[in-house]
Amino acid sequence: MKLNRAGTAMICLSLIWSVAGSAQETHVGKLVGNAKRGKALYVRYCIFCHGPYGDGRGESAAYLDPKPRDFTKAVFKCRSTPSGSLPLDSDLYDTISRGVHASGMPSWKPLLRQERVDLVAYIKTFSSAFVEEKPGTPVQIPAEPPSSPESIQRGADLFQSMNCWSCHGKDGRGYGPSAATLTDSKGYPITPFDFTSGTRFKCGDSDQEMFRDLVTGLDGTPMPSFETAMTPDQRWDVVHYIRSLHTSKNKHTQVKPEVKNETQGQ
Amino acid sequence: MRIGTLKTIRLQLLALGILLAGIPPAHGIPAFARKYGLPCSACHEAWPMLNNFGQTFKDNGYQLGNDRDAPIYQEPSYWPIMFRTTPVWHRENNNRQAVDIVPGNGTSGLVESSVTTSGFDLGGLDVIAAGTLYKNVSFFIQPFIGNSSINLAQVWVRLDNLAGSHWLNLKLGRFELDEPISQERSLIQNNTGSIYYNYLFTPPGDRNFFAGIGLPQLGVELQGHSDDDSTRYSVAVVTDSNGSSGLPANQAADVYANFNQSFVVPWFGRQQVGVYGFFGESPTYFQTNGGTPLPGTGTGNRSFYRLGAYGHWYVDKFDFYTFYMHGYDNVFLGNGVPSNQPFNLPLGAAGPVWNGGFVEAHYNPNPRLIFLGKYELARMSRQANPSIPGSAGNLDTWTAGYRWYPIMSPRAGLAWTQEYSRVINAGAAPLSGKDDIHNSYLMGLDFDF
Repeated sequence: MKLNRAGTAMICLSLIWSVAGSAQETHVGKLVGNAKRGKALYVRYCIFCHGPYGDGRGESAAYLDPKPRDFTKAVFKCRSTPSGSLPLDSDLYDTISRGVHASGMPSWKPLLRQERVDLVAYIKTFSSAFVEEKPGTPVQIPAEPPSSPESIQRGADLFQSMNCWSCHGKDGRGYGPSAATLTDSKGYPITPFDFTSGTRFKCGDSDQEMFRDLVTGLDGTPMPSFETAMTPDQRWDVVHYIRSLHTSKNKHTQVKPEVKNETQGQ
Repeated sequence: MRIGTLKTIRLQLLALGILLAGIPPAHGIPAFARKYGLPCSACHEAWPMLNNFGQTFKDNGYQLGNDRDAPIYQEPSYWPIMFRTTPVWHRENNNRQAVDIVPGNGTSGLVESSVTTSGFDLGGLDVIAAGTLYKNVSFFIQPFIGNSSINLAQVWVRLDNLAGSHWLNLKLGRFELDEPISQERSLIQNNTGSIYYNYLFTPPGDRNFFAGIGLPQLGVELQGHSDDDSTRYSVAVVTDSNGSSGLPANQAADVYANFNQSFVVPWFGRQQVGVYGFFGESPTYFQTNGGTPLPGTGTGNRSFYRLGAYGHWYVDKFDFYTFYMHGYDNVFLGNGVPSNQPFNLPLGAAGPVWNGGFVEAHYNPNPRLIFLGKYELARMSRQANPSIPGSAGNLDTWTAGYRWYPIMSPRAGLAWTQEYSRVINAGAAPLSGKDDIHNSYLMGLDFDF
């Protein structure tokens, strides 16, 4: 009888272990992440900013602004999933590949694709959320209507009526009346994006990615989701307006969504 | 004739020694680590050897592309300078050194003897200032302070990403050629093994002004690469001066080109193959004043080339370089005879031809430890002067060692290194014409800040 109980306990433990294991599995396209290999890469490339425990307290963190991401919170800015939900593996992969502009996070595209997927697998081990929850369902991005003066004007009106200006400023330069008071989820000051700067957006530069950001918001920052506040057509209007604020001399800095293509191609 | 040939070989070795003494030590650049908050291991497989991320960073003009590259984003106190030096203990042995029979008596005659020296020593001081002057304008200044000299090893400015393209970058100044494996970033420190002999190989009796692709050169380089650096090219046009300022040779311009391509083999990792070539002309004589050559007036140019292929192969934490070079010098260069005096060529003279290569292997179990081994050889396939023994000039070198990095931070790096190297120069003993063998052992610290 005791053996039976012990056996049952072992089976239960094995089941729990296998469920946990499967929840931790990482897939990007056809590539499967290996957290053990990812750990070695993390130690080589990431540990000095994100810290040995993934809590963003690496040796260099004190000198960085914005601060490195705290992986233990499982809160990520750049996602294709709804606000408050876990990102897809491909979202983390895209962030690693693209880097985060205007931060200390460079593009790690020189690493092999497999290596980047291994890093995703290891990063997920820092939070139990990736065991306990599933990522959200990716948001749908409808076909983009053509940009037009009318669409841009509607976007400009929405920019005002939705109070985007309170942070980003009336002219989109990031100097809105609330700008000085903004903090991220860890209490560090955060600066609204200057749409006129021509620099790349944190989570990707394509119109589709900007549309997606309006739906998902940037978790961990004051940027909310406008999923319910705007219709898809209105979000496209805002995208077109924001795009019109980019100074033409900097248009060459816009990058095609190469990371997206990369993952789709696998 | 034989004694004359041996003297020539001896002079060649002496010239090689002088050249080697002028090569500054390899470098890692903690100024970049400080600027970006990244550890040495982000850019270096084991510093100073670059990994692909570091190579991409370098090819991007020392820019990460995250809007923090231009100096405007740095704190005013940031100063893009690093220092590097190597306090070591080393032992050197030469099995056939020519010495006076009676020490102190220069007229007592010469005899070959094994000579050994050892003790604590210093590898000079490397000072490097490098970074960006502005977005997409990078620079590099490397004064090297030796035990009795100071020289500007490298000085250049590079215009990066011209027309917004990674494929167009223009560098001007004195710079290390885009070598298959960087001489400047050699992991080996000791006197015998720290250089790639093929990069500086000179056949016996050869008087080519060009000393090899291992020295920084003065000129302009066009370089380009794909986003992830998997495809790279470079073409450099350099003055035929071995990087020496003051136009010591003449107006000849030489061309160096390098192309490499990386690809991924599942389970093994990144692999790289490449081809390179250096094509040039060197003067065979100068205008003179009272018999003394006037610098910059070299004439009677004759051609030479170095070309070959290479690979860098990864098998997980094990990687190795394979390198091949084929070399040729014109008959006048090979015999040190002015081209306006063809009657002085020895009977049966020909342009020297040789082949060489090396395998350098690394095992890198973690970012703080690397084991290394290297075997290099050079083989003469045709001597310039038929009276020179066919094997004269042949080289065989071996190196084994490891480097351990107890400190590897975004501020500084410290390495402990131990190495042993051995080189055999066939037929180069100064008196007997037997094989000349050098052994070097080195242990010590290598640090930069």
